[in-house]
Amino acid sequence: MRDDDDPNPKDPEAKPDVSGVSRRDFLKISGLSITLPLVGEPKMAMAAGQQVVVHGPGKVPMEFSINGRRLKADLEPRVTLLDALRDQFELTGAKRVCDRGECGTCTVLLDNKPVYSCSVLAIEAQRKAITTVESLMQDGKLHPVQQAFVDNDASQCGFCTPGFIVACKAFLDRHPHPTPEDIRHGLSGNLCRCGTYNGIRKAIAQVAQKGA
Amino acid sequence: MPDYAWPDAEHRTLIGKRISRVDSPAKVSGQAKYTYDVHRPGMLYGKVLRSPYAHAKLVSVDTSAAEKMPGVKAVHIVQGPGSTIHWEGDEIVAVAAVDELAAEDAVRAIKVEYQQLPYLVTDTEPPQGSAEGQGPLSMDDIDDMLDNQVPSQQMVNQIQQYGITAKPSEDTLKGLKSDGATDAVLDAIRAAAVHPDAGSRPKSNYQKSAAQTLGDPDKAFAEAEVVSEGLYGVPLITHCCLESHGSISEWTDADHLFTHISTQNVSGIPGQMAEPLKTPASNIRVHQDHVGGGFGSKFSPDRWGIFTAQISKKADGKPVRIMLERAAELKVAGARPSAYARVKVGAKKDGTVVAWQSLSWGTGGPGGGGMPPIPYVFAVPNQRKEHTAIRNNIGPARAWRAPNHPQAAVLTMCALDDLAAKLNMDPVEFFGKNLDMAKPRQNIYREELAIAADLMGWKQKWHPRRQNQSGMVRGVGVSFHTWGGRGHASDCDLTIHPDGSVELKLGSQDLGTGTRTCILIVAAETLGLPIEAIQLQIGDTIYPPSGGSGGSTTIGGVSSSTRRAAVDARDSLFAQVAPALNAQPDQLECVNGRIGVKGDSSRSLSWKEACSKLGAMPLTVRGKNPDKSKPPDLTNSGVGGVQMAEVEVDTETGVVRVTKMVAVQDCGLIIDLKTAESQCYGALIMGISYSLFEEKIMDPGTGRMLNPDMQFYRLAGLSDIPELVVKMMTGKGYDERGVIGLGEPPVISPGAAISNAVANAIGVRVPFLPLTPDRVLAVLGQKAGA
Repeated sequence: MRDDDDPNPKDPEAKPDVSGVSRRDFLKISGLSITLPLVGEPKMAMAAGQQVVVHGPGKVPMEFSINGRRLKADLEPRVTLLDALRDQFELTGAKRVCDRGECGTCTVLLDNKPVYSCSVLAIEAQRKAITTVESLMQDGKLHPVQQAFVDNDASQCGFCTPGFIVACKAFLDRHPHPTPEDIRHGLSGNLCRCGTYNGIRKAIAQVAQKGA
Repeated sequence: MPDYAWPDAEHRTLIGKRISRVDSPAKVSGQAKYTYDVHRPGMLYGKVLRSPYAHAKLVSVDTSAAEKMPGVKAVHIVQGPGSTIHWEGDEIVAVAAVDELAAEDAVRAIKVEYQQLPYLVTDTEPPQGSAEGQGPLSMDDIDDMLDNQVPSQQMVNQIQQYGITAKPSEDTLKGLKSDGATDAVLDAIRAAAVHPDAGSRPKSNYQKSAAQTLGDPDKAFAEAEVVSEGLYGVPLITHCCLESHGSISEWTDADHLFTHISTQNVSGIPGQMAEPLKTPASNIRVHQDHVGGGFGSKFSPDRWGIFTAQISKKADGKPVRIMLERAAELKVAGARPSAYARVKVGAKKDGTVVAWQSLSWGTGGPGGGGMPPIPYVFAVPNQRKEHTAIRNNIGPARAWRAPNHPQAAVLTMCALDDLAAKLNMDPVEFFGKNLDMAKPRQNIYREELAIAADLMGWKQKWHPRRQNQSGMVRGVGVSFHTWGGRGHASDCDLTIHPDGSVELKLGSQDLGTGTRTCILIVAAETLGLPIEAIQLQIGDTIYPPSGGSGGSTTIGGVSSSTRRAAVDARDSLFAQVAPALNAQPDQLECVNGRIGVKGDSSRSLSWKEACSKLGAMPLTVRGKNPDKSKPPDLTNSGVGGVQMAEVEVDTETGVVRVTKMVAVQDCGLIIDLKTAESQCYGALIMGISYSLFEEKIMDPGTGRMLNPDMQFYRLAGLSDIPELVVKMMTGKGYDERGVIGLGEPPVISPGAAISNAVANAIGVRVPFLPLTPDRVLAVLGQKAGA
């Protein structure tokens, strides 16, 4: 069973975020009987023997770096990065399908690492570079991974496609010349219902051959 | 009379070629907007309180606390006290609030008191003698038959034979018509005997839904030299569309509704919303750019589509979005009925099949469900069949890609494959020998079977079933399938503007099958223009109506209406341009973006110059399908396909891996070979998924679905996909049949082919899909006497 506070199930090496309040910390906090100071910000609480900042309840100001732009919003601490992207910033490329880290359709990059944005709290994604599928096209030209998806008919209904594009890009950045075994392993975190895997496999082969 | 016929092979520049789908760039860049992505100004978010019980009466519903919560804008009781809940997850109250979290908080504050009722959520074999005879049909029974695509004549027979429980209003009949009832069915209902008492009698969970005898099965079995008996089955699975069901509805004024809805049936939605909303269909506008999967589950606005509109009205017409959460999607938004059977088949020593007997059962939830068309493809001359429908609380069923056919393929092809094994025959030889029973497509199957065997390397890979295997074992299996796929009714408007721009409008939808691309290919081919020169508008009720995308009917419908519109538009343009070229209209042709005199390259105009001859007014023509006044019929019905699977089974762990699949498929004239092949690749993959992993697992102890998520309702992933080989049958004998749908056929055979391959590998039949390790180990254990 995966750790609930690991935002990055595809990369077991990734360290959980220690700067903000992780989902697990939040659970610990809410499960403890704590004394909150009556006045003054930020609110602090003792949790697991440490002083931690308490955000919310209610909306708190947040600031993000999304596709190279600084964006601000007032959000409840319980809002996921996925919902913030979709509902606040209308970046709807990342899709909400399972909403619990099982299907990969919400994949975005956080400091260049692929994450399931449904399983990252928005508040945790502050001070990190957030990259979504919308940023991959440059000067009206498709990214080589995107072009390879077009060439190899790697989308049908297309609902899983943006998540797959981001996952494939991140995968190919790390494995420019993947073996079939690498592909099977590295892209098993995204699911498709129409059955486009054959095209996706060919698309990856095309990029690996030509180079991204 | 203009020549509407499809151009012959030498004159096709686009049709039948591999053309990249036109909406790929929008999809790969995240720009494609789905209903789930629509963000309307001031939009409210709806959440739904659902029943935790599979069968219950609602005693009380208290929404007072929820109504007072911050951010809550409207509360709507969907089913109030006294209502009966028939499945877990059924809707009770909907709440609209300023954001999702506020709506969720409000839902949690609603108090409902339930009186739990006895429920049944299993679909195991009915106890002997438990099945009741069919009584008079309720309108729900008839609706269920429509959902299960029971043939019109069969419905008429049943209505005449059993009568109905209540006389329906003309509005109800209208509703049935929009759900697909034919005029013959409606006439039968109007004329049927009414038995009002029968409707109030509590129904048994088990209902005899079919009993048929053909020929003389007793004599045939007595004379058969080899008889094989077995148990086979396919469980209930879900559609699991990645974009869940749902809509965003707003009232643009007191009596006009604007709905974005995730649907396979844009043009057909207003007619279904009109009655429950008491709003004329003409006042309901539906829009959808892209849909994230439907697979047969998105033809209706659904109860939630209706109450989304109702709650919007309560919230002063503000846009309200209700998209189903994943758990709800898997619990309530449709499932494929299960089907199981004890089958006995008999043959002569030479392999000729002479007799079939089946005792089948299955469930489609509260509606029961019909018998799959068994024996499938092979019309065995002597048959006895009985089917029992189980009515239970497993949730509602819906058409699932090729309704009833994948089940029929498993029940038939697996039983016949076991018979082949008992005869010690190679299944390719055995099935080939019996193909005369596969009329009228026996020759297509014969040709496809030989190609499939070659592409699979069947001769090298097949071996007789072996006993007492250990370690990794391999096997191969084969299956056959068929489907109709005639084009549906479709209207389209094609406009040529004086500046040369061309637009095409129809109220169709592209499910990811390539519909947009195919429409444009047909129009561009006909007008001699590049695809990019034509603007296509689909997905809105402001465009001419086009049928719902189900049953593989879209491609035949939209390609035919588009062809007729484009031919008429082209010929009208020729008439206007001919004087300028000093020619008769019938001497003109349009190729490569020019209109010129056939055989005289010196006399031609660019498309733009030619269109300027239209004067100030654009030229618009309506194309239709069907259209008997404009022959020939451009679409057709009836395809055949053969598939083979190769598997590897680990006899230690029971894990089955598919190592290769071959699909050989015909679908008449192919418009876009690239998207046609993708349909087949996708169907093979979907087939691997339901063969190895998918099952809606119900808990008999609580009546709840145990796996309403994507971790335990498992779909195949990239790592489960082997080498896939797709061969589309084209050319003489295929192209001239016209355009036939392809969505359903290739998804029918994988279950049977994979099950047969596993039986070949391990030497024994695993009766039920999915072929999970526990099921494989169970039969291996039985065989070893463990």
